[in-house]
Amino acid sequence: MSTIGRRSLLAAGALSLLLRPAHALSPELQAAVRAWAGATLPREGRVLLDIAPLVENGNAVPIRITVDSPMTAAAFVQEIVVFNERNPQRDVARFTLGPVNGRADVATRIRLATSQQLVALARLNDGSLWSHTVDVVVTLAACIEG
Amino acid sequence: MARSLIHLPANPRRGEVVEIRVTLAHAMETGYRPDSEGRLQPRNIVTQFSCHFEGQPVFEAQLYPAIAANPYLAFSWRVAGSGSLSFRWEGDNGFVQAETVAVQAT
Repeated sequence: MSTIGRRSLLAAGALSLLLRPAHALSPELQAAVRAWAGATLPREGRVLLDIAPLVENGNAVPIRITVDSPMTAAAFVQEIVVFNERNPQRDVARFTLGPVNGRADVATRIRLATSQQLVALARLNDGSLWSHTVDVVVTLAACIEG
Repeated sequence: MARSLIHLPANPRRGEVVEIRVTLAHAMETGYRPDSEGRLQPRNIVTQFSCHFEGQPVFEAQLYPAIAANPYLAFSWRVAGSGSLSFRWEGDNGFVQAETVAVQAT
């Protein structure tokens, strides 16, 4: 029996899964985000992209985006956008909001061509950008049947 | 005219934040799907949605082919008072649909 036992190897494997860089954006998404964000660098946080991690049917996938913001005249969310990694087009939707909404909370249903990464970004009235990146697994893809 | 569904509380209180949900019957043909003969079907989607209260913008959305058929949107609104909420969808091939809902705030 070597000094590195089976159990410690297993533990190391589990640990390396946990320590995987949480959400490195894929190059496709990075390009889309950069085109939208311009010079400002979006930070992780404040945005929550709520989507099932395992999607059975990619033809209509419910998503909800909420942003932690008081939505007052002094501090509100101006814009929410969603990008995907592997559909034919990076754009999913862009929403324009304001203090009149009272809550930064938007929901819709989208198509997903395959398992991929999604990112939701929010632009606040102070110019700051926030993001949330999610990986989803799709078992039945949209657009397969002709 | 396509069929649309607009849902919001019947008698919201002024100042209350309510959720408005809208659905439009529309195929949202992506333009990436081949028909039975292998030719790509032309794109036919709804590209714009907007909601106004008494002429003031409430919410706007730009939609892309990644939005599922029969586009569903939900958003919040702080009830500003009684009046009319107008909804407008615009899309490819000159598609336009407008709806108005009267709000009776208490």
